[in-house]
Amino acid sequence: MTEFDAATAAVQAALDAGARYADARVMHRRYESMTARNGDVEELTQDESIGLGVRALVGASWGFHAVPDLSDAAARDAGRRATRTAMASARVPGPPVDLVPVEAVTASWASGCQIDPLGVALSDKGDLLVAATRTMAEHGADLAEGLYQIWDTAKWFVSSEGHRIDQRIRECGGGISATSIGDGETQRRSWPSYRGQYGTTGWELVESLDLAAHAAQIAEESRALLTAPPCPAGETDLILGDEQLALQIHESVGHAIELDRILGWEAAFAGTSWLDLAQLGSLRYGSELMNITIDPTIPGALGSFGFDDEGSPAVKRDAVRDGRWVGVLAGRDSAAMASLDYGGSVRADGWARLPMVRMTNVGLEPGPHTLEEIIAATDDGVLMDLNRSWSIDDKRLNFQFGCEVGWEIKKGRRGRMLRNPTYTGIGPLFWRSMDMLSGETVPWGTPNCGKGQPGQIGHTGHPAAPARFRNVRVGVSA
Amino acid sequence: MNGASELELAGQVVELVRHLGGPAAQAEAVVTRADLALTRFANSAIHQNVSESTVGVRLRLHIDGRTAAGSGSVITTDGLRALVERTLTAARLCPPDPGWPGLAPPTPAPVAPPVDEATAYAEPDQRADRVGAFVAAAGGLNTAGYCRTAHRSSAFANSAGHSAHGRSAEAAMDGIARRDGADGMARHSADRLSDLDGAELGARAAAKAQAATDPVELPPGRYEVVFEPAAVADLLQNLSWYGFNGKRYAERQSFAEPGAAQFDPSVTLVDDPLGASGLPFDAEGTGRRALTLVEAGTTRAVAHDRRTAAEAGAESTGHAVAGGATWGPMARNLHLSGAVAGPVSAAGRATTGAAAGTVVDGDTAALVAGVRRGLLVSDLWYTRVLDPKSLVVTGLTRNGVWLIEDGTVVRAVRDLRFTESYPRALGPGAVLGLGARPVRQPDRVDGAWWAAPSVRLASWHFTGGASG
Repeated sequence: MTEFDAATAAVQAALDAGARYADARVMHRRYESMTARNGDVEELTQDESIGLGVRALVGASWGFHAVPDLSDAAARDAGRRATRTAMASARVPGPPVDLVPVEAVTASWASGCQIDPLGVALSDKGDLLVAATRTMAEHGADLAEGLYQIWDTAKWFVSSEGHRIDQRIRECGGGISATSIGDGETQRRSWPSYRGQYGTTGWELVESLDLAAHAAQIAEESRALLTAPPCPAGETDLILGDEQLALQIHESVGHAIELDRILGWEAAFAGTSWLDLAQLGSLRYGSELMNITIDPTIPGALGSFGFDDEGSPAVKRDAVRDGRWVGVLAGRDSAAMASLDYGGSVRADGWARLPMVRMTNVGLEPGPHTLEEIIAATDDGVLMDLNRSWSIDDKRLNFQFGCEVGWEIKKGRRGRMLRNPTYTGIGPLFWRSMDMLSGETVPWGTPNCGKGQPGQIGHTGHPAAPARFRNVRVGVSA
Repeated sequence: MNGASELELAGQVVELVRHLGGPAAQAEAVVTRADLALTRFANSAIHQNVSESTVGVRLRLHIDGRTAAGSGSVITTDGLRALVERTLTAARLCPPDPGWPGLAPPTPAPVAPPVDEATAYAEPDQRADRVGAFVAAAGGLNTAGYCRTAHRSSAFANSAGHSAHGRSAEAAMDGIARRDGADGMARHSADRLSDLDGAELGARAAAKAQAATDPVELPPGRYEVVFEPAAVADLLQNLSWYGFNGKRYAERQSFAEPGAAQFDPSVTLVDDPLGASGLPFDAEGTGRRALTLVEAGTTRAVAHDRRTAAEAGAESTGHAVAGGATWGPMARNLHLSGAVAGPVSAAGRATTGAAAGTVVDGDTAALVAGVRRGLLVSDLWYTRVLDPKSLVVTGLTRNGVWLIEDGTVVRAVRDLRFTESYPRALGPGAVLGLGARPVRQPDRVDGAWWAAPSVRLASWHFTGGASG
């Protein structure tokens, strides 16, 4: 019995039990991670999981059931249970559910991969982390940590409308961090970011990060931060590096434009959104430099795919154009409810989870400046980079982010290093204050986006470049 | 599908390691079957309704001085053999592991509370009916939340001859009612689904939402606060993960100093994994027992697994988790003791008028009664650590904040951002009162919970308001 056979059996059983629509995903995922600490491998884990999840629509109510068994009997039972659960949902019914049309296709897709990350010798991967963490420890880090992660996922999708799609997506990445411990606090520096950079690529991404070459510098900087002056409190011009700006986009734009949040479907947990659909197309989100796209077609970016988990093909769309809000992340049912004509942003983090609206690659189009030009044009400000803490309210408005490092900017020059830099603001006011944007874009990958109940971990991409924001409150402390 | 029991499967894995890796190979296996279901509602209708019947095998082995771990969901003979073979291969390619602490010796597992079979095998209709009751009791307000049930049957075996089996079942309900952009919340976790009263929770959430309308914005600054149990749960979780974690303690990243009076004398904090339905052993097979972390304000212990215990010259406290070599041991069932005599009586201090409904129990009412000017906080949200050693955390209030003046809740307040050191806020002299009755709050995953009464704190640093 093939994976397609199992998915087909589950869908047919759901229909036979009374569903008017059903789809099923078989997923087979291999995962490998290794961590190292202070010159030794700390943990090596290799996981493999395969199973099937089936979703059934009865009237206006959904049901979902998942099993780790691809036999015909198990698949059919899963389909029947999904339908029975949908019927239970109808005891507390909602408004009618429609699905925006998606062409039913038979297709295959695979992400690009030059070097199979699971094919690289474990000893080579271990040597990389051991050498980098040993160097950090030798250069003053109390805690020198390294990490890589690899996901190799094959998926087979079948719907009652006739979809039959298989995909293979390989993702990997890694990074290193140096922590120095003082009397009352710790300081951390990472490369290229805390827990690393990730993409839908092969091991070539990790090789390109050249972890060992940056180990000594970040260790020395983490030590130096312990005695660096604290980031002053007050309002100033803020320059964000590309890694921190990626996180800013993720939290204050990406989640805010999720249509399920806007419709209230996440109200009790992840939250809602400050955005009102009545203002789609007219609301000023940010300055005219702000152009945000939803683009799952970017080769190698972490949020890329051929088709989402409802069978919608990957399509690039605008979310914010010239500072105006014009698009959302949507699924077939949420789009229909909002009278929109596109989905395309629905994914599940595994076979045992319900597909839901998730970010794909949500990022900034390049601006006209460079980081050096931005610094040179800043008379008095702070440059911050590499995220250390992130917090935002349930409407995605009030945020406070902390970075690993700050640098004083005086009269167009980068000056002293500053410790414990933080900044806070309100999303749209912050984005409207962006007056310079670099074109030095990096497609940052975020492999730990939490959402949903039961919880799901999403993999998202965020092209971002350094930018300047005016009159931002910085230096918030306990 | 393999119809063997969890214990038989775990034994098969250990035997395969012995067969393929030789008699010197050390192995431990955990096999877990789970039935998890969650019925989710929003806009007063069930919009997501999921269930899963899963099985997972986790193997950790140590051979020739090297260690590796792996997991799989395929429990056929071929699937188990593939798991063992790839984990053996991985271990042989790893560098030496001089810190390997050895396997847990054969020891009887503690007796766990009995499992409620009706909860373990609850039907979707039963969850839906509780959701329906919550929605109906909210009196027409927009509602959202979930009702979930979870059942796990898990077995452990290792090549030192130790084996154990256990089951757990739990139910939880968490919901909000919404009025004019103001939310009220009710949340509860129990061993039995039948102990969850959807109507009672819905009515409580609705009353709080009604009282949360027309909020005013207050300036940032330090305020005295009364935290309800859901807000206190966030304190317990962060104290556990970042403070009472034996790995972070060994790395000097924790504030914890066993023997030091780091907390107010009213604070006694115990991790009590079998205080509710729970598995009787951890990921290394060590029995799970109550561990006093703080006794009358004095830090007594941190949680250990076998690795951190060996480094510290101590014994495992039964807090090993999968992936623990990276994250460290976790205490996930913290119980903050209530005041023995309970807080001062609230007689004559009933809240009336627009703020009626904010205070849902006598404990909280009594704590509020003692506050001259402060804030009543229902819940905390999106808390993130700025510095792990001082445990400075930023986050926001959520699901209701109210101003207290002269012992009475006077009006709703817009959400506030805070930046605060959790140990400092609970430090000597900082806790002005505790309720008598801890209320169990569910975690985001089954098996973890946080039980706490309402707490009155002398000072909490709010660093921003709704306007920034």
